Amino acid sequence: MKITRDQLMALLFLAPSFLLLIIFVYGFIGWTGWVSLSNWNTLVPDMSFAGLKNYIYLFGDYRFQADLRNTVFFTILFIGFVIILGLGLAILLDQTKKANALFRNIFLFPMALSFVVTGVVWQWLLNPSTGFNQFLQVFGIQPKWYTDTNILAGFQWESIEFGLPVAMIAVVIAAVWQMTGFSLAMYVAGLTGIPEELREAARIDGASELQIYRKVILPMLTPITMSVVIIMAHISLKIFDLIYAMTGSGANFVTDVPGVYMFETTFRGNYYANGAAIAIIMLLLVAVFIVPYLINSRRGAS
Amino acid sequence: MMVVRRIIKYAVLIAIAIFFLTPIYVMLITSFKPLEEVSLSEMWALPSTIDFSSYTHAFSELAPNLMNSIYLVIPATLLSAILGAMNGYVLSKWKFKGSEIVFTMILFGMFIPYQSILIPLIQFLNSINLYNSIIGLIFTHVVYGLPITTLMFRNFYANIPDSMIEAAKVDGASFFGIFRQVILPLSITGFVVVAIWQFTNIWNEFLFAVTITNNDAQPVMVALQNLSGSQIVQWNVQMAGALLAAMPTLLVYILLGKYFVRGLLAGSVKG
Repeated sequence: MKITRDQLMALLFLAPSFLLLIIFVYGFIGWTGWVSLSNWNTLVPDMSFAGLKNYIYLFGDYRFQADLRNTVFFTILFIGFVIILGLGLAILLDQTKKANALFRNIFLFPMALSFVVTGVVWQWLLNPSTGFNQFLQVFGIQPKWYTDTNILAGFQWESIEFGLPVAMIAVVIAAVWQMTGFSLAMYVAGLTGIPEELREAARIDGASELQIYRKVILPMLTPITMSVVIIMAHISLKIFDLIYAMTGSGANFVTDVPGVYMFETTFRGNYYANGAAIAIIMLLLVAVFIVPYLINSRRGAS
Repeated sequence: MMVVRRIIKYAVLIAIAIFFLTPIYVMLITSFKPLEEVSLSEMWALPSTIDFSSYTHAFSELAPNLMNSIYLVIPATLLSAILGAMNGYVLSKWKFKGSEIVFTMILFGMFIPYQSILIPLIQFLNSINLYNSIIGLIFTHVVYGLPITTLMFRNFYANIPDSMIEAAKVDGASFFGIFRQVILPLSITGFVVVAIWQFTNIWNEFLFAVTITNNDAQPVMVALQNLSGSQIVQWNVQMAGALLAAMPTLLVYILLGKYFVRGLLAGSVKG
């Protein structure tokens, strides 16, 4: 096969970026994997082979078990509320025509903020001795928010109590506040893309407004929901800054997550091999969602 | 009946809008309070006078870091946008055997938890003496920004009809000629969308910032985190600091929100 000059130029144009990513993404992941199998749990690098020692240590570790529990509940609640709230608001905005742009801008602006800013502010809003509790005390409720160490519906699992850590709810509120704009924007774009004729046709067939949403519109939004779930899942599995800024690990690690543990054990404790093992586990968790999604969406595109 | 329904709908929207604005309200009123009015029990009360002392205090703490963020965000945004445009051009208009696989491999870099490359990255930056430097941070953001900027430009260029490229080829234009004369003039919106997206992300980023830099080279988000983690700093100062740190991206959102939303959708919807 003969390659023209222009085709060669195209390859040369792309090559620097591609090579950078091969090294800095794939090469570095490989190197992290190698570190995770080493004895480098000291300040001075020690790359002698340790086998799966670091992984075995982590899965028996109280803190890491708590992190896995917290991640499971955080991910489920976070994705659930972002989708319900985003879809609900998009449908409401679809039905009310006045001041739509204003409402949309209000729901979307937290997306422009840093998780650090969000953490700093919500840390005060959900502080048990002030913030929202000043309104709630009128009703006689005083939640302890992120300082609560209770585990709801907990049962003993390995060394931890498995169940919903109440303190995580505070973090979920802050994260949902920040990210709902994303799902809202996606659903608004999806709803705009549904032709009016389709709804008209359903109306002529005698469908009520509720039925039109249930039978016609929601099924058409399924691909968008899939995208939102994937994107929110990868954000929630690697979350670090929000929790680091808002609550830290919490008493009994009730708000700890792998991202925070990795950071502290690696860069504050010099347990590089343990940190690398946490990072590889985080990568595998994200890959479970992302790889099928990428393969699927690429296949659909070509 | 219809009227009642509509009132309920607007009531729900307004209630949620108020909830969304609450943090901004608290940030604003607290940051304007003089120190003696800052108390846990009076959190929601308006300040009796507008007092700028928390802003001067927060600004004096954060000013060097705000400058660091500016030195970081401008070159990193420009470089990653230019490289993204080049990649997007090739991957949309000069497809080759295996280009879809190359594109998918590039995209994967967008989703990885950066923890999984952080240890080698720091070793690498250390070995070339760029650890704890803004240049090292710029380099990092350019490299790990490539997947998203490539995706955005590829999707953007996919909307430019191939017939325009073919016509230019017939006129004898080369690979570079087409890029300069056909593609770049049509790329202004693309550059605005990508630049706003990268500006916002890099300005707000925390993990790279906190691990690659310390002390003098720290961007503003790390300094803000230090400010709020400090026990001796009053929270009117923390709130003023948070607003100062958030101001650039908030302004971009207020002025160019339309492009911000386009970036948000472009980065997620498959093209």
